[in-house]
Amino acid sequence: MESAGDTESRNGDRKTPGKWISLLAPIPPALIALSLLYHLPDISAGREFSFGFTWVSELDVSFRFYIDGLSFLFALLISGIGFFITIYAAEYLRGNPLLRRFFLYLYLFMIGMLGLVLASDLITLFVFWEVTTVASYLLIGFNHASAVARRSALQALLVTALGGLCLLTAFLLLGEISGSYDLQALLTKGEQVRASSLYIPVLLLVLIGAFSKSAQLPFHFWLPNAMAAPTPVSAYLHSATMVKAGIYLLARLHPVLAHTEYWEWILTCTGIATAAVAAIAALRQTDLKLALAYTTVIALGTITMFLGSDASAAVAAAITFLLVHSFYKAALFMVVGIIDRQTGTRDLTKLHGLAKLLPLAFIAALASALSMAGFPPFLGFIGKELKYEGALAVASEPALVGTAAIFANAVTVTVAGMVAIKPFFGPPPVDISCIQRAPPGLWISPLVLSAFGLTFGLAPDLIGGGLVEPALTSILGLPETIDLKLWHGINVPLLMSIFTFVFGVFMYLKLKQLRSWLNWDFTHAPTNADVLWDKSLEYLKSFAALQTRILQNGIMRRYLTVIFVTLSLALSYALLHTGQFSLEFVWPNLNLKEWAAVLLTVGGTFTAGAASRPLVAICALGALGVGITLIYLFFGAPDVAITQILVETLYLVLIAAILPRLPVFSRSKKVRFRPRDAVLGGIVGLLITVSILVVLQTPFESPVSEFYKEAAVPEAHGRNIVNVILVDFRALDTFGEIIVVFTAAIAAVTLLGHQLRRGKQ
Amino acid sequence: MEGPLAVVVGILIATGVYLMLARDLLHYLFGLVLISNAANLAIFIAGRLTRASPPLIPEGQEAPQIVVANPLPQALILTAIVIGFGLLAFALALIAQVYRELGTLDVDRMRIAEPVRPKRKKSL
Repeated sequence: MESAGDTESRNGDRKTPGKWISLLAPIPPALIALSLLYHLPDISAGREFSFGFTWVSELDVSFRFYIDGLSFLFALLISGIGFFITIYAAEYLRGNPLLRRFFLYLYLFMIGMLGLVLASDLITLFVFWEVTTVASYLLIGFNHASAVARRSALQALLVTALGGLCLLTAFLLLGEISGSYDLQALLTKGEQVRASSLYIPVLLLVLIGAFSKSAQLPFHFWLPNAMAAPTPVSAYLHSATMVKAGIYLLARLHPVLAHTEYWEWILTCTGIATAAVAAIAALRQTDLKLALAYTTVIALGTITMFLGSDASAAVAAAITFLLVHSFYKAALFMVVGIIDRQTGTRDLTKLHGLAKLLPLAFIAALASALSMAGFPPFLGFIGKELKYEGALAVASEPALVGTAAIFANAVTVTVAGMVAIKPFFGPPPVDISCIQRAPPGLWISPLVLSAFGLTFGLAPDLIGGGLVEPALTSILGLPETIDLKLWHGINVPLLMSIFTFVFGVFMYLKLKQLRSWLNWDFTHAPTNADVLWDKSLEYLKSFAALQTRILQNGIMRRYLTVIFVTLSLALSYALLHTGQFSLEFVWPNLNLKEWAAVLLTVGGTFTAGAASRPLVAICALGALGVGITLIYLFFGAPDVAITQILVETLYLVLIAAILPRLPVFSRSKKVRFRPRDAVLGGIVGLLITVSILVVLQTPFESPVSEFYKEAAVPEAHGRNIVNVILVDFRALDTFGEIIVVFTAAIAAVTLLGHQLRRGKQ
Repeated sequence: MEGPLAVVVGILIATGVYLMLARDLLHYLFGLVLISNAANLAIFIAGRLTRASPPLIPEGQEAPQIVVANPLPQALILTAIVIGFGLLAFALALIAQVYRELGTLDVDRMRIAEPVRPKRKKSL
């Protein structure tokens, strides 16, 4: 974390990055947000935009973007909150020598995120998905001198990249099922996808991708660790935007993958479990930022739970709550950043009485916390009422979902109290002198964002018809209307709300006892996800080391053994799968001279294999070379025979020239027979023989040979067909061959260069 | 009549593999020679065998009137033989130089690029 002292000392000895950067930084997101807002009436009216170009036409991949209600809502959130975050970050990191790099990463992330939510092509979506993963890695690890930050960054990268890989697989399968990677086309093919036999794999892979990004169980552990990032990053990526990418994906693919029991149960159960685990963890925290991080996980779990349903009230609750959450959570993170920066600590037990010292931050914190706790007339209240309505509308398990929602909200109320009330009330801090007042750049963003919570709470129609309804329409496919209002009369959701407040306030008052009880429980817990993560990484590393020891141990014979064993396995597999072939014995109809050639070859081979003296082996090689030459000659290939005998002769000359330099004549000891290698060799040889016999059983057709026979005279004016092929039809191949031989000659001469020179001297 | 030659190929490959797995680099080279010969022969057989009648067209004819041997595998093998020769010549030069530099032809003792790990030293 940046602290005030750190920043000042750096300020002294290094040139501050240009002031202009803090003035210019908020402009790009502001322009994007304004241009989106300009089109708000069009979106509200149900219009959709599409633009882009073909990327890889062969693979049917295009670089296309598509704006409908859902992507518009997300794009507006990303650019709008991005605008406030850049203002805040420029002040928060003032004087940091790496400020330029920070904004580079932040913009990279913003582009990735906008591309992700606007992409109308699955492959494009995946590319931007990975851009956000990489940008998140860079931003969490921004404080690269800290080992904790580096570890957290790597953990977040590995977890989300693993999800990304699953997602890519899912997208490729979806492309297979629907026949195209186009998202708009896919959205109309929900029936086809759900009926496909690949539906379950696709669903699971998509969910792994979405859950890892949105920190759902069992991938929840990376998000609290990601709090090692500077606070503006936590506020932006890890509460308001990136962690919602998984939610976006679930919402986007809702029309395609939802409406099945699998979808409903997996999402509902994961959401509830995540919310419950995070709620218990949130109560234990004394670090303000970590407590907020866990409430983010609660919120994500709740949204996931609601997206599991296809009831319109539940989906409406998910989308509205997503919007509400982005406003208050970004503001609260920024307030915690202010407290941290001005006092140097985020420890809840040490902070009190800050209201007078940081008055504007206090107002922002209070307004956001009231929205978070769901007090009327804030937007959070509307969000919560909708959640309870949605919970009751969930067809399968309204009681379970309702209880989970109440518990999650009650903990949220408690944490809101922890963040907004605890640090600001109570006796003033002891050493007031070292706490500075916050500059405007810090408090303006949280103040405006929390003001949104109040404004939209009082006038919910501002967002209801324009933003939420089009998004709902995109998800559910039918034109939806939603009536956001504060007062619904006395009904079940209101009673649930009142119960939530009472429960939450009770937990806040009993926080100390609660925490000590929970801590006692957790110190006795054998393990947690973070430890398991470290262990699994260790296992991975030792597995890699083991595999390297076995396969890459530097012994060439071991490598060759692996190669030949693999070859045998592959050949056996291929032979078993070609199905029917018969190996009946037919007495070969070779004549005497052919038998002689065959026997010469076989005899030469065995002698070469068994020879202990190199000279014997070389003679045997010569003999088998002659045998093979004869075979070529007897079966109508005189050209090949001539070449073979020439090459054999040349080879013999070369060996004769090199042999005296090698220690071959001095050694006469018997070569040890190696049974294991002999068995392996026998297996490979047998498999090759069988493969050739199988090949020979397939009907023979050679249109290419026929072409050469027909075309040799008319087209190439040559009567030796083999020669014509080599020097005319395939002349370029022959040219390549000459180059290869030439290169080999140059290399050999270079290697032997000084030996040859010395020989002359 | 391809059958016995398929067996010959198998024997060449088997002996070649056996030799390549030896510790002596010179044996490895002999194994390589056997396997390249086997590969050529395999291509030759796969193109089917015909006795006599090489793929030539007599004067005055546009195309062969009688059944001639398949010219395509022959062209492929010619290229393969020459390239195989280049490979073996280079390998031989390499072996000579390796012996000069390291004073051994035992592949197990050539560990400069991949040194033996301090523990777990285990040879085949």
